[in-house]
Amino acid sequence: MLARRIIPCLDVRDGRVVKGVRFQNHEDVGGIEELAQRYAHEGADELVFYDISASPAGRTVEPEWVGRVAKAIDIPFCVAGGIRSLEHARARLFGGADKISINTPALENPDLIDAMAKEFGSQCVVVGIDSRVIDGDWRCHKNTGDPSRTSTEHRKTLDWIREVIDRGAGEIVLNCMDQDGVREGYDIEQLAAAREVCSVPLIASGGAGAMEHFRDVFQQADVDGALAASVFHKAVIAIPDLKAWLSDEGVEIRV
Amino acid sequence: MTTAIIDTSTANIASVRYALERLGARYRLTETPEEAQECDRIILPGVGAAGPAMKRLIATGWAQALRKDQRPLLGVCLGMQLLYDYSAESDCEMLGLIPGRIERLDPGADGPWPHMGWNTLTPVKSDEPLLEGVPAGAHVYFVHGFYAPIGAHTAASTQYGTGITAIARKGHVAGCQFHPERSAKTGAQILTNFVKGAA
Repeated sequence: MLARRIIPCLDVRDGRVVKGVRFQNHEDVGGIEELAQRYAHEGADELVFYDISASPAGRTVEPEWVGRVAKAIDIPFCVAGGIRSLEHARARLFGGADKISINTPALENPDLIDAMAKEFGSQCVVVGIDSRVIDGDWRCHKNTGDPSRTSTEHRKTLDWIREVIDRGAGEIVLNCMDQDGVREGYDIEQLAAAREVCSVPLIASGGAGAMEHFRDVFQQADVDGALAASVFHKAVIAIPDLKAWLSDEGVEIRV
Repeated sequence: MTTAIIDTSTANIASVRYALERLGARYRLTETPEEAQECDRIILPGVGAAGPAMKRLIATGWAQALRKDQRPLLGVCLGMQLLYDYSAESDCEMLGLIPGRIERLDPGADGPWPHMGWNTLTPVKSDEPLLEGVPAGAHVYFVHGFYAPIGAHTAASTQYGTGITAIARKGHVAGCQFHPERSAKTGAQILTNFVKGAA
C-alpha cells in the first residue's frame, strides 16, 4: 500500500533555514544541508525547500544549493520560491530537485503550469496554494513571503485547485494560512473540501503541533502527505516517534 | 568497475549521479555508445515521456547498441519502461529488450493518479540479485502514471489499483520502476547490488 508521507518543510532565507509565525518574525533554525540530512536520516519521506525571500524580492533560488542538497540526501525533495519561467524550473530539476513548486507565479501567469507540465511532466510540477477564509469563502493569497506585499487574490481556492489540475499540476500543497505556525492542528474542514475536488496528490500544510494532528488529517481529510516545519525544527515532535505512533494508529506509513 | 550513465539530455540524471557518488561507485556520463566502451555496466535513467526519450536513444545510436549489448543494464523509472516493446504513453515502439507493453495506470480506489510516493516491494522471483539484502515489504519511492503489468519478467511487484512490475528482469537486462536513487537505504542497497555485484 502507498504510504502517507511526512514532509518537513524548510523555509530558506539567505542560505539558512528559518521559521516564522504567520509568515512573520523569522528565526534562524539551522543550515540547509545539516537539517536536510538530519531529516532524511530520521525517516522523513520527502523534503520541501521554500525560499521565502525569493518571490517578494523578485529574486530566484540559487540552483547551487539545490545541487548540494541533491548530493547530500537520498530521499525526494521539492524546491519552491521564485520560479517564474521554464528556465528557472529546468535549472532546479537538472540540479537534482525531484519537483518544483510554484505559487504566486502560477496565479499571475496560469499558462506557466501548462508549459511546465508539457516540458517536464506533471509528476514534477507542484502548485502551492496559500489559502484562508475571506468574505465567507476560502480564497488564495499571493506574495506571502513579505507581509508588506501580501495581497488578496480573489480566486476561490477550490476553483483554483480544479483549474491547476486541468492545466497539468501533478500535486497540490494547500497551506491553510490561518493555521500556519500556531500548532493548533491542520484545517481539516478546508483540506477535506479540497480533497473532494483534488484528483492528484494533496499535501496538507499549516497547523501541525501534535502527533494527533497528523493522524487526524490523514484519517479525516484523506490527504496523501502532511507538511510541517516548526514542530520538527524545534524538536517538539521527533519523526521516528511520530511515524511509529501513526503506524500503531493504523495509518499506512514507511517506518 | 565503471558504470556508464546514459545521458539522453531529456532526463534529470543528477540524482542518479549523486547516488553513485554517495556509494563510492565510479561512473561515466555517456551520450553515445562509443563513450561507454570501457564501462562494464550501464544505467539508463529516465524522467519525462517515452516518445522524446526513444527518439533521442535512436539519434545517439544507443537504441541499436543496447539491442546487441551483453553488459548488465539497469533501466530506472522511464528507463525501465523503455526496455519493453511498446508504450501507450506516446504510442511508440521502444527497445524491445523485455517482451510486453506499458499501459496507463488506473489506481481505482487506491488513490490519485499518478502513483507518487513510497510503496512496498513484494519479491516475485526469489533469486533476483538486485534484491539481495532487501527485506520483503521494504518501501521504495515511485513516481509514474504508466506501468508494466505483472508478467513473466516481473521480479518484484507493488500494488496500486492493480499489480505493478516494480523490478523487471530478462537475463542481463533489468529495470526498476521506482527511483532507487531516491529510496533511502533500500534504494542504496539495490544500487549497490547493481554497481558492485554481478547483477
